[in-house]
Amino acid sequence: MSLISDSMQVLLATLRDVVPIAAILFGFQRFVLRRPIPNLRQVLIGLLYVLLGLTFFLQGLEQALFPLGKLMAQQLTAPEFLGIDQGHTDVHWGHYLWVYVFAAAIGFSTTIAEPSLIAVAIKANQVSGGAIGTWRLRVAVAVGVALGIALGSYRIITGTPLHWYIIVGYVIVIVQTAYAPKSIIALAYDSGGVTTSTVTVPLVAALGLGLATHVPGRNPLMDGFGLIAFASLFPIMTVIGYAQLGEWMTRREAKRFQEQR
Amino acid sequence: MYLCTRIRACLEITALLAHLGRSLLESLRDLLPIVIVIGFFQIFILRQPFPDLAGLLVGSLLVVTGLTLFVYGLKVGLFPIGESMAHDFAAKGSLFWVLVFAFALGFGTTVAEPALIAVADEAAQVAAAGGMIEAAPAALARYASGLRLTVALSVGIAIMVGVIRIIKGWPIHYLIIGGYFGVVAMTGFAPPEIVGIAYDSGGVTTSTITVPLVTALGVGLSSSISGRNPLTDGFGLIAFASLTPMIFVMGYGILIS
Repeated sequence: MSLISDSMQVLLATLRDVVPIAAILFGFQRFVLRRPIPNLRQVLIGLLYVLLGLTFFLQGLEQALFPLGKLMAQQLTAPEFLGIDQGHTDVHWGHYLWVYVFAAAIGFSTTIAEPSLIAVAIKANQVSGGAIGTWRLRVAVAVGVALGIALGSYRIITGTPLHWYIIVGYVIVIVQTAYAPKSIIALAYDSGGVTTSTVTVPLVAALGLGLATHVPGRNPLMDGFGLIAFASLFPIMTVIGYAQLGEWMTRREAKRFQEQR
Repeated sequence: MYLCTRIRACLEITALLAHLGRSLLESLRDLLPIVIVIGFFQIFILRQPFPDLAGLLVGSLLVVTGLTLFVYGLKVGLFPIGESMAHDFAAKGSLFWVLVFAFALGFGTTVAEPALIAVADEAAQVAAAGGMIEAAPAALARYASGLRLTVALSVGIAIMVGVIRIIKGWPIHYLIIGGYFGVVAMTGFAPPEIVGIAYDSGGVTTSTITVPLVTALGVGLSSSISGRNPLTDGFGLIAFASLTPMIFVMGYGILIS
């Protein structure tokens, strides 16, 4: 029974998300554009699928994966697991090897399942006429999130200031932008923002909180932040990097072809 | 005649089922990495049994079904309506109304976003701990709702500026790099307690329903305005929506302290 009542609650929460959006869409369509919506029936059915789909998706995550993932984040960061004596104030960052591995793995895997990234990848594939593969784009983004969350964990453990990492990240992105193929830039910037959503945020927040609670000298209120910021910055670099790699390989291929002739 | 329509219907249903089957497999593939990661750490690193295996299986089944339905709904519902509205706005040719729409979409979808509500409450506690505001519940609630409005406002403005950029055809990197300078400059002035929350707020603002709609709006607009390329001009709205909250939240922190 609790599954059904839980699902109803999630459905209501999703509905609360969808209703303002639907009101804006249909309000503007009716009063500003004053045009009928093409294929109204199909659009409504589609919206219903989105609503039901998100409800099932969130309910399933809440029931199966979030509790276990959050528990895991706490257990992995606990001093007893890592074999660190309580009362140590100065802990070497190398003690946390499994935390980095977990951070990267959970960052990668949650990003692959992120629905908004799937949406952007589908659109990018359509618009580029198939040149940008949905799967390859998503893997490039997921690798970025994995690197970002791992480095973000290292930052929480060492307690170094967040803004230096972000500023260096910005410099790298700016330099990459100057050399990147023009067609990928807008998409790369977008992929930073879409990665952190329904699946990634709760698990990553649990990891940040666990680290800030257990690492000696950290305050959960002050130091638990920053992982999401890393997760939105690093995919920009990996997506541009992926495009640059592709361009470089095509150029090398062309050169070899010319040499052969 | 009757037979003909029946055969057509049968073919359509078969095609739909084949499509759904394929999407189901894709959703399964999308979920697989999480299952592997959690399973691996549970069995080999933490060396613990799974607490509720049946519940885990039912939950995973729900996730896969949900993802399949969502992706299907995306293709037949959210993308088409976003793009058809973008085309209609372009045909109407009124800059004013498209900007009002862009702002409403950004503001309206952000202000009630559950992730943002959670972050705003947390931020209020940090501000109280840092001594910027009183630790009374009323002061906390006022701070949190002020922050939420600030972020929603910033997302509304971001989508609006992004739409102006698409219409004018400005290259995106100048605006983003300008935004980066804004973030760095604000970091120098903002109270240190707010910086972490401000940086994180950029990532949590865009919800799963907003992203496809905003993407469809950008791509639709850039494909109906001549001289714009959907790939280089159409994307980028989300990037603005995750950059401006960082600047605005730090501004809010400076204003309050």
